[in-house]
Amino acid sequence: MGKETRSVIIAGVGGQGILLASNLLSEAAMEAGYDVKKSEIHGMSQRGGDVISTVRFGDKVYSPIVGLAGADVILAFEKLEALRNLPYLKKEGTIIVNDYRIDPLPVASGYMEYPENTIEYLKERVKTIVLDAKELALKAGNIRTMNVVLLGVLSKSLDIPEDIWLKVIERRVPPKAIEANKIAFRLGREVAENAEL
Amino acid sequence: MKKAILSGNEAIARGFWEGGGHFANAYPGTPSTEIVENIMKYPEIRAEWAVNEKTSLEIALGASFAGARSLVAMKHVGLNVAADPFFSASYIGATGGLVIVTADDPGMHSSQNEQDNRWYALHAKMPMFEPTDSHEAKELTKQALTLSEQFDTPWLIRSTTRISHSLTIVELGDREEVEIKGYEPDFQKRNLLPMNARKRHQAVEERTIKLREFAETFWGNRIEEGDPSIGIVATGISYQYGREVFPEATFLKLLMTWPLPEKLIREFAGKVKKIYIIEEGDPYLELHLKAMNLGVEIVGKEKIPMTGELNPTIVKEALLGEKPSYFEIPKIPHRPPALCPGCPHTGVFYTLNRLKANVTGDIGCYTLGALPPLSAMDTCVEMGGSIGNAFGIEIAEAMRGIDPRKKKLVAVIGDSTFYHSGVTPLMDLFHNNGITTVIILDNSITAMTGHQENPGTDIGITGIPKRRVDLEKLVRGVGIEYVYTIDSFDLKGLKELINREIHRQEPSVIIAKRPCVLLPPMKKRKYTYAIANPEKCTSCTLCWKLGCPAISVTKDKKTWINPDLCVGCGLCIDVCPVDAIQLKDPNADNARKAGEEVLGWVKKQDQ
Repeated sequence: MGKETRSVIIAGVGGQGILLASNLLSEAAMEAGYDVKKSEIHGMSQRGGDVISTVRFGDKVYSPIVGLAGADVILAFEKLEALRNLPYLKKEGTIIVNDYRIDPLPVASGYMEYPENTIEYLKERVKTIVLDAKELALKAGNIRTMNVVLLGVLSKSLDIPEDIWLKVIERRVPPKAIEANKIAFRLGREVAENAEL
Repeated sequence: MKKAILSGNEAIARGFWEGGGHFANAYPGTPSTEIVENIMKYPEIRAEWAVNEKTSLEIALGASFAGARSLVAMKHVGLNVAADPFFSASYIGATGGLVIVTADDPGMHSSQNEQDNRWYALHAKMPMFEPTDSHEAKELTKQALTLSEQFDTPWLIRSTTRISHSLTIVELGDREEVEIKGYEPDFQKRNLLPMNARKRHQAVEERTIKLREFAETFWGNRIEEGDPSIGIVATGISYQYGREVFPEATFLKLLMTWPLPEKLIREFAGKVKKIYIIEEGDPYLELHLKAMNLGVEIVGKEKIPMTGELNPTIVKEALLGEKPSYFEIPKIPHRPPALCPGCPHTGVFYTLNRLKANVTGDIGCYTLGALPPLSAMDTCVEMGGSIGNAFGIEIAEAMRGIDPRKKKLVAVIGDSTFYHSGVTPLMDLFHNNGITTVIILDNSITAMTGHQENPGTDIGITGIPKRRVDLEKLVRGVGIEYVYTIDSFDLKGLKELINREIHRQEPSVIIAKRPCVLLPPMKKRKYTYAIANPEKCTSCTLCWKLGCPAISVTKDKKTWINPDLCVGCGLCIDVCPVDAIQLKDPNADNARKAGEEVLGWVKKQDQ
């Protein structure tokens, strides 16, 4: 294959389904014949704190994580988390951001302001794809498919065939949710196809 | 060959199964929890949760006495709890293979310190493996079982967060069936009376010589030839970072890091011009290598950070001076973890905050009660520390002539933490005439690590048919006379009760009870949510002070409740002085009602 290692950071808030998304991505990459490593953090950070999971794949992967300016793509489930992780994106990388806001406690309890214009800030600096994954998930018929909508968008930036993605989704989601998840995946993929980069 | 992508913890579980493991137990602790959790999935193995790490190791050691292949897993600080039997186990050895896994947490993702447990191997003279990925984690666990029997020693496997919680590709093998040998007494070996222990120490020293020889030719310790101008010595996850940054260098990869293969190290040093030692945490390898007088320059902790986790970028900057070019961002709000919407602990910490109590705390989800806006916990030291800490403050205050009741002292501890190591300090407090008030936050489960049962877990919650310790009887059994069980959501009752008990000249224990809102029987229900009426809201901030993640402030400083997050527990309704908050549908299911149903009862007992 001769493929250089690709590094993806999936970022969001505990409870948003980030670990399932990164599991699907790593399985798809393994199925596509790559060496894969994935890192995630459990424990205290999952109680509504910020969560990231890193997936790296290629011919031979050593480190499961990347440092500053190490990721090719960031998939952000929440826009403040997109901004928080921007230092980990390569300057020529792509950020996919869900236009969704979850107030962190310092904002919710009135100590700090949620930053305005986060998406504009990102767009001015880096290749950015913006979408409302909640709306698309509802369109797919199940709000819990938000993470798969986002994976659909991501899938367009990665060299993994579409049928492998669909196979992995079929294998990993509960039977009654398979159809909604497949629709969600396609809706996400369409967003990426129509995005002007 | 069948392949799977497994976390380091899943791989250790698999290795134990493949290696013919019989018995495993653990007290849950991040990042080690999933090891025994995954072992539980193999029907050939008996696996269970222990009350604490010391007990866990004692039971596994007993199983090894009887010839069962056994494993215990714990987080780094858990080994401190188990240190006493750990050191003795090294003298006693292993009849059935005994593997002890320590999962360290550099970067302290979910821990109170970042101690480097490799020193334990050196200190107790117990051989140690350090895998660099999941496949090695599996193979080393499997092999450690046999080696443990062969060398008559428990075997330490040291993982870290990035090994335990990274998924990498593993080649799966089959299970090797081994018989449990059965118990035969061996007084001289297992009864560490001084007369026996002196001989056992001698045996340990002789064993170490043999282990040193073994380390020299062990497959996991090897030189990986490359550019001789730089030689890298690395183990664990740091090996992967080193490989990433120096793909061409000569490597000394060490999977067995105690005892170290000194001949191999000298051979390696003879091949390279300069040695970089890449290791997270303490200069463990570095001190060994520098003491060996290798006659070649060694660079280690003068460049590699001593604190936090490493990653390839940090290693590159430290050793090559290459700074990454990255996007700098403005200061943005942190997103600290928080007690969940509907968490039973919220009401207790809200009350302690209102009462301006001095609170010593403990380890669990509820440690989050320390963060603003609840800000109701002054200390958090280690598992079970709260009660002793509070009693110590009481003693010092009394000694300087202050009535300790004026200090409003409260020790707060979770149910699982109390069983783990809170009972002994409670006995101390009772016996030595202490009066501190203790609150046990009883959510009937070990929540922080993902809902493992504990001795007090209601069978109704887990469906596991086990005997249940009655918390209230246990506390009364210690001798405490003033014991109350109260609904954690009864804000008015809590305030009255705590305020009364902190002023009592006697020790008292308040059990604040409600099931964790994330328990499966709680989580699967569909709840209504609360709505705040902006017309009525006076921006008094009381509901914001609950620190509920579902409650936010609008631009014009009015309360807004996120319907996606709210579970309708109604605590905000209780604190609102102007009735501005209501449930969307008061007749629909809500977390308050669900808690009462799941638990079967919530009683308030007054005396």
